[in-house]
Amino acid sequence: MNKNTHMRRILKRISALMVGAMVLVGSSMVALADGSYTYCYDYWGDIQDSPDAYEVVGVYTSSDLGLDTYFKDPSGLTVDGNDVYIVDRGNNRIVQLTRVSRDKFELVRIIDEISSGTDVVNFDGPSDIAVSEDGNLFICDTNNARIVKLDKDLNLLQTFTKPTDETLDAKLLFQPDKLCVDTAERVYAIATGINKGLIKYEADGTFSGFVGATPVVYEWWDYIWKRLASQAQRAQMQSFVPTEYENVYMDHDGFIYTVTGKVEEDALRNESADAIRKLNMMGSDILIRNGDYPVYGDLYFGEGGGYKGSSLMQDITAFDNDIYMALDRNRGRIFCYNDQGRLLFAFGGNGNQDGYFRKPSAIDHMGYDLMVLDRQDNSMTLFAPTEYGQAIFDAIDQFDAGEYEKSGQSWENVMTLNGNYDLAYIGIGRSLLRQEEYKEAMEYFELKYDDENYSKAFKQYRKIWVEEHIGIIFAVVFLALAIPLGIGRVREIKHEIDIADIFRR
Amino acid sequence: MIAALKDKQTYKHYLKTLRFALYCISHPLDGFWDLTHEKRGSYAAANTILFLTLLARIMKLQFTSFVIETVYWEGINIFLYIASILFPLALWVVGNWGLTTLFDGKGRLGQVYMASCYGLTPYPLIQFPLIFFSNFVTVDEKEFYTVMSGLSLVWVLGLIVLAMGQIHEFSVTKNVLFTIASIFAMLVIVFILLLFFSMISQGVGYFISMGREIIFRAN
Repeated sequence: MNKNTHMRRILKRISALMVGAMVLVGSSMVALADGSYTYCYDYWGDIQDSPDAYEVVGVYTSSDLGLDTYFKDPSGLTVDGNDVYIVDRGNNRIVQLTRVSRDKFELVRIIDEISSGTDVVNFDGPSDIAVSEDGNLFICDTNNARIVKLDKDLNLLQTFTKPTDETLDAKLLFQPDKLCVDTAERVYAIATGINKGLIKYEADGTFSGFVGATPVVYEWWDYIWKRLASQAQRAQMQSFVPTEYENVYMDHDGFIYTVTGKVEEDALRNESADAIRKLNMMGSDILIRNGDYPVYGDLYFGEGGGYKGSSLMQDITAFDNDIYMALDRNRGRIFCYNDQGRLLFAFGGNGNQDGYFRKPSAIDHMGYDLMVLDRQDNSMTLFAPTEYGQAIFDAIDQFDAGEYEKSGQSWENVMTLNGNYDLAYIGIGRSLLRQEEYKEAMEYFELKYDDENYSKAFKQYRKIWVEEHIGIIFAVVFLALAIPLGIGRVREIKHEIDIADIFRR
Repeated sequence: MIAALKDKQTYKHYLKTLRFALYCISHPLDGFWDLTHEKRGSYAAANTILFLTLLARIMKLQFTSFVIETVYWEGINIFLYIASILFPLALWVVGNWGLTTLFDGKGRLGQVYMASCYGLTPYPLIQFPLIFFSNFVTVDEKEFYTVMSGLSLVWVLGLIVLAMGQIHEFSVTKNVLFTIASIFAMLVIVFILLLFFSMISQGVGYFISMGREIIFRAN
């Protein structure tokens, strides 16, 4: 698939060059009108405007939530059932809210003190919180160099401290930044300055190793160059080290989604580095990348609207149907991918309007609703799927549940709302394929260049066609062999007659 | 001219020379020698082959299955697409002739053109059936297409190189040497063309801006 994408890019570039050559002299690009709020990439990687998949239900500041102190640098957001935890880093507190209706939150409590079991009862710059299945709270207490495990009543159960590992610099200050917890209450944490992967603690609090470090990326000429350099020169050079993760999210299956916020653009382009990874228990990346384009947010890194470079993923969240949403802090966008790594849609932007962000810091979901925390705007934005977004999710869920006909109908709905949406056509095609309507399925796949699925349908169609016409095929083959033979024979006889003596006069 | 068109012999000759292309591609050394030395080729046939090549290439865009080749139609300009064959061919013919004529090459400009066109024969011959065939393959069977398509190109290139050796009466070493040299000659021509066009456009731009200035002042 990657090779394919590459080829297609080259093809496009060649044709673009040709057009470019045509209009070389004295032409100016016509500025395109601003794109829509929500968009998607088509097969060619062109931006296709799309109806909004998510709409803003509300933007909540501290006063909307019934707090008397303003948020200050809120950095972490976690949803547990109907409860929302906002880590208000600047105020050293965690705000627990509960959602009472579609657009209303009520304050449950403010967590700013550990009830018992420790001398240090207050938090200092907490950055993230996770809630286990048993309802225990795990909090990254960054400046106190610890992760604390509290029960529901905020009694200290356990403290996780700096891992004892000889490969770690003894002088390094332990600053746990983000964490997630699995069903057995094992903790996976990211700490500032530790790039060996996720720090894994067993349920009893012992450090059990680093999991899933990013592969080290370097170019071969860098390697050779380094080989040739002297000791002193080498010390000056950038060293080949794994990149730190920016954030983690544990999905319903216990797989860990991680995002990397600092990636080299070239490494992203040639896919030697990943913006998003999905780790299994062994720490290997199992993210499926079957889309037309790699999973790294925006495809175009050029400068526009004052922002340039690749998308820088800040946080990620995954639905129960393996659809995941990554939050880009560079352009303030949210990218929604399905389980195959195909972009479903992207939306958002930087700005002050509702639905835009200034410095988004965290994202989480409640059902299909999204919550995004903004650390500069000091607010939380709540999004809910629109009719269009819901139709997409329905179609995917129905297909996964085996309701192929229903899924096809849902994709039809999506197509009526957005005729430029590749996945709708492919979705209808896949539904038809399951219903064994191969000819119709082929038409849909062909429209959106889905050669894999097209081939599946075509193979069946061809098989059926051959089975139905086997008589004719044999007849044609037989005649193709027999007619020339027959003609030859007739000629031969005719020739013999012509030269036969008895007919001579 | 018109009398020739009425003559049945003209068509017979045309078809005979066209059929000779089939002999050329299977017996290149013999065929290309006879092409010019025995006058068994014709410009009409050469033009026909070139036309068929262009046609095959354009029809490929529209009729090849998308499994094999997807076309970004927004980026296609049919005239540039045609020129993408004609221009290199013209460069090759001029470059090769310009160079070989200085070094005892026996072929004339027209003969270089004719032999090159005859060399293109395998392209339409293979590509037309392939266009048809492509619509019956799945992704797994794509390789058959790729191999055949590649074969047609390799065959064409081989034929053109061999043809040059025969019409110029070059030895193998000299032929290879001049093939490479011709490619450099093509690059030089491109460079000079670019230089020429940019100079011209600068010159024209100068007079245009002067004209504008005069109109501006006159008002």
